[in-house]
Amino acid sequence: MPRRWLLHTVLIAASLVMVVPFVWQILTSLKTLSDATSVPPSLLPQGQWANYGRVFELLPFGTQFLNTALMALARTLGQVLFCSMAAYAFARLRFPFKKALFGVILSVLMVPPQLFIIPQYQIMSDLGWLNSLQALIVPGLFSAFGVFLLRQFFLSLPVELEEAARLDGAGPLRIYWSIVLPLARPGLVALAVLTLLWSWNDLFWPLVVNNDPGKMTLSAGLASLQGQFQTDYPVLMAGSLLASLPVIAVFVFLQRQFIQGIAQTGLKG
Amino acid sequence: MARHKERMTEALWAYAFIAPTALGLGLFYLWPVLQTAYFSFTEWGAFGGHEWSGVDNYVRLASDPELGRALLNTFTYTALGLLSIPLAIVFAALLNRRMRGVGVYRTIFFLPYVTMPVAVAMVWRWLYNGDYGLINYLLSLVGVDGPNWIADPGTALYALVVIGIWSSIGYNMIILLAGMQSIPAEYYEAAALDGAGPVRQFLRITVPLLSPTAFFVSVISVIGSLQLFDLVFVIAGSGASARANPAFPRLQTVVQLFYDRAFVTNDRGYAAAIVMLLLLIIVVLTAVQFRLQRRWVHYA
Repeated sequence: MPRRWLLHTVLIAASLVMVVPFVWQILTSLKTLSDATSVPPSLLPQGQWANYGRVFELLPFGTQFLNTALMALARTLGQVLFCSMAAYAFARLRFPFKKALFGVILSVLMVPPQLFIIPQYQIMSDLGWLNSLQALIVPGLFSAFGVFLLRQFFLSLPVELEEAARLDGAGPLRIYWSIVLPLARPGLVALAVLTLLWSWNDLFWPLVVNNDPGKMTLSAGLASLQGQFQTDYPVLMAGSLLASLPVIAVFVFLQRQFIQGIAQTGLKG
Repeated sequence: MARHKERMTEALWAYAFIAPTALGLGLFYLWPVLQTAYFSFTEWGAFGGHEWSGVDNYVRLASDPELGRALLNTFTYTALGLLSIPLAIVFAALLNRRMRGVGVYRTIFFLPYVTMPVAVAMVWRWLYNGDYGLINYLLSLVGVDGPNWIADPGTALYALVVIGIWSSIGYNMIILLAGMQSIPAEYYEAAALDGAGPVRQFLRITVPLLSPTAFFVSVISVIGSLQLFDLVFVIAGSGASARANPAFPRLQTVVQLFYDRAFVTNDRGYAAAIVMLLLLIIVVLTAVQFRLQRRWVHYA
């Protein structure tokens, strides 16, 4: 069928455009500096695996990796817990000022994040938290977006189970924990994956609060290299590959939920 | 009486559930917005103290040529970045079918969005390198002598736009694909019976019924583009070394200028005024888009 053939040609060509930068990154990361900067460039790598070791000399890469992982995991756990609690209250419980409170939370969602940053920095500085793990984690434990996303999700769940549990004498805490949370797994996974991705890749906040290389995250650490080590591109390519690999792995592994989560929520980080 | 008590307990539980988020958002998000608004009317000294300076910062905004250029760059980047949407619609349409390898294609298109922006910027910086970059090498094969893309004032901003489109296309495509999948199959079946081919079906059914999703994507991509920072920070740098790049005036964005004023030169009052202006721009452009949607968005 010629039409099918044409379709695949177009898609393969577009895929190449999407993928060539990654391939070039991998190839460069395995070259010597002189091969990477020869004209015309040598296309094939020479297996310079030592470049990956050099990343750890150029930066406290292991420590930064750990900082990034701890930040991303703590924010993710915090947001899934706190946002789901608040979202459950907004979706299912009756209480005074519900609409007003939810409106306030929505208003946070609409403000561009740069408006928070100077005062957040002041708070961290006043607490003596600059260059600490707390500074990376604490403001990111709370999210208006997460509350909004999970509330939408909870509203779509059937109420019958909850009503049955209530008749059996279960209180809100029990219903939240043993009925709503298990039912809401896909929603919780979507929020978790998005939070993990956005935290891992975040640059502005880590850059601002932690400038001690041993307290930085990977994205800030890598960004701190630009300009300084311009010439050692093979090592930079190795480092940026190592830094982005964990989220790429999570994405490939959880691809279906991830794409569903993005499509459902449609919000950008 | 028992009913009343039950209601009270429910409300107390609700407040307990909301408390962590309410306190966290209040302290780290709501209060900061008010403070930033206040800071925009203050002048900061070298050691962190600040005093009321009225509208001075806003007067400065109006006559700051660096801000003017940053705004122009940001608007150009935002406008050209919208090209990602028609491209994403076409690819979403091509991938909205059962076929071999559809999951692989979707994954490949989405990969740039997932990858750390700092890493993406590093790779592209290398691709754009004037002497050793792959792009100029490929151009040399066809006899073209490529410029030093990100150090040439004539090409720097467009080089940035290309990265922006490359990395957002998969994300836009996924959202548009979700929109396409909610279009009832019967419409296409009826159209096929009437003899409409795939191109005609795409233009007459997909495009109009997809317009609400496309509108949503355009609103969020405008908001996102106006906040461009990571890419420029890595491509152009900041501070004195960045200014050595002749193309720097064509690369600097509003948020990068904000970063520089707030955390490099510690001119926080002025930086606060810059983000207040950014807020205003986002509100106005979003409102304009909501008004314009009447002309092109069809709600079924």
